[in-house]
Amino acid sequence: MVVMAKKISNRELLGIASEVRREVLDMICRTKGPHIGPCYSCIDLLVALYFSGLKVSPARPDDPARDRFIFSKGHASPALYAVLHRRGFLNDADLAGFAVSGGTLQQHPDRNIAKGIEVSTGSLGHGLSIGAGMAYSLKHDGSASRVCVLISDGELDEGSTWEAVLFAGHHRLDNLVLIVDYNRMHALGPSKDTLDLDPMAAKFRAFNWSAKTIDGHSFGQITKTLRSVPLSSGKPSVIVAETVKGKGVSFMENELRWHYCWPDEDDHKHAWRELEGGSKS
Amino acid sequence: MRKAFYDRLAEMGADDRNIQFLTANLGYLFFDEVRRKCPAQFLDVGVAEANMIGLAAGMALCGKSVYCYSIIPFLTLRACEQIRVDVCYQDLDVKLVGMGAGFTYGQEGFTHFGIEDLAVMRAMPGMTIVAPDTIENAVRVAELSRDFHGPLYIRLGRAGVHGPGDRPTLERIGKAALLREGSDCALIAIGNMVTVAEQAAQALFGKGINARVLNMHTLKPLDEGAIRDCAKRFGFIFALEEHSVIGGLGSAVAEVLAGSGFSGRYERIGIPEALSPVIGDVDYLFEFYGLSAGKVSKRLLKAMENSDG
Repeated sequence: MVVMAKKISNRELLGIASEVRREVLDMICRTKGPHIGPCYSCIDLLVALYFSGLKVSPARPDDPARDRFIFSKGHASPALYAVLHRRGFLNDADLAGFAVSGGTLQQHPDRNIAKGIEVSTGSLGHGLSIGAGMAYSLKHDGSASRVCVLISDGELDEGSTWEAVLFAGHHRLDNLVLIVDYNRMHALGPSKDTLDLDPMAAKFRAFNWSAKTIDGHSFGQITKTLRSVPLSSGKPSVIVAETVKGKGVSFMENELRWHYCWPDEDDHKHAWRELEGGSKS
Repeated sequence: MRKAFYDRLAEMGADDRNIQFLTANLGYLFFDEVRRKCPAQFLDVGVAEANMIGLAAGMALCGKSVYCYSIIPFLTLRACEQIRVDVCYQDLDVKLVGMGAGFTYGQEGFTHFGIEDLAVMRAMPGMTIVAPDTIENAVRVAELSRDFHGPLYIRLGRAGVHGPGDRPTLERIGKAALLREGSDCALIAIGNMVTVAEQAAQALFGKGINARVLNMHTLKPLDEGAIRDCAKRFGFIFALEEHSVIGGLGSAVAEVLAGSGFSGRYERIGIPEALSPVIGDVDYLFEFYGLSAGKVSKRLLKAMENSDG
């Protein structure tokens, strides 16, 4: 994908991700909302996309030549909003209105091109079909834009996702990039015990996709992989990003309760301290 | 009907390269003109209705006007949530073309009947629903759909039905067409039941009863003015539809009548909730379920005889 004009270092990305995690912590504590765990598993991916991988600009959010990004795992919206805020698509008032009655942004995102939100999401398993439709149209219109879809691993339980996987492979949509936030944790327990998705990359390859498995928290790996898509020409690309639910806060990592619970004051303090430390590591 | 409908769309597609035709692996032969005149705009997505609607949403977000085709229950119910979220909630230019209103598929059986679609689509936010009754009206709907924005459900029915003088009676979406003026009762019909209503009106005429016949081709937005006018003028109103009596035209008309001060007799003629284990072609099923012109005429006469109105 096209890199932003100013090359950004992995250290800078790490700093931004830490800021974003703290912003999300505040948003979730303030609104006593769910889903901090699934936010934290995908924040590094979002930061890498918005500050390095995607060709999008808050100055021209409706530029027809922009890349299209679909945040299919809409339940992790605080992560998306905080990144859009840090990148300049959302302003302070937008963010202050998150999950407030009469406010601006609800817990599952609504399409708002001016604010950088391409598609309304929240029901799992919709994003890839929409992305494939966009990729098909853009390709047929001769556009150089790419379509990038970020899904949760749970969305691979949905039949509609596999309909879209089959479609994209058949139509050789090499302008389509799927990123799986593979945190290996469903809503009621480990993915392994719910519906085992392994071997994931092999499944996609069998559907005529090119696939690469990476560490979804390594900016070096994420940005390098984003620069190399399509992973092979004539095929859609999937980046299986191995992630950790709750990544960045020791007591949240791989703990199911942080799919639902919000941190109390003590938790907030501890989490904040760890995240501040994380930005300097 | 569907062949003529898609032949007209093929001409429109040749003029407008932003029109995109999708099908979920159905429509043998009648996409021929589309494939000949605008092959790059035709896409068979495979037997994958949910994906088809998601694809259509993505294409519409890239500026396309997308027509999605399948058999009614697969289109409207299999992909129901994609219609709700991807198309309606985002208010996109996606046209759903459903084939097989009511019992059209006859011997194909229950899986292929379109008998709950109107109820479900009517509840979808921002959805417009139109059910042409004749080949000419289907072509007219194809033309009107060109400049139509937002979600549109087009419900197609029986093949080979022509309008009076082979001309369309449907002027515009949302405006009921008066097919016959009367003084004694009103028959408000949609889709395949429009022809039945006209035949029944003819039979009633022989018994000295003059029935107004309205083609309520657009279920949503409903022409409430036309219904209120009937409520004012007639003591007997009947709604006729090839759909469950739950949630379709009968229900929609009742909602208007309930707020209109109508004190006459109103009946919904449609398909009962519980189907019987009979099999048959569409004419047989119409007879069995009381939707044939003969059965409808008898029912109307009985309703009017048994009433003090």
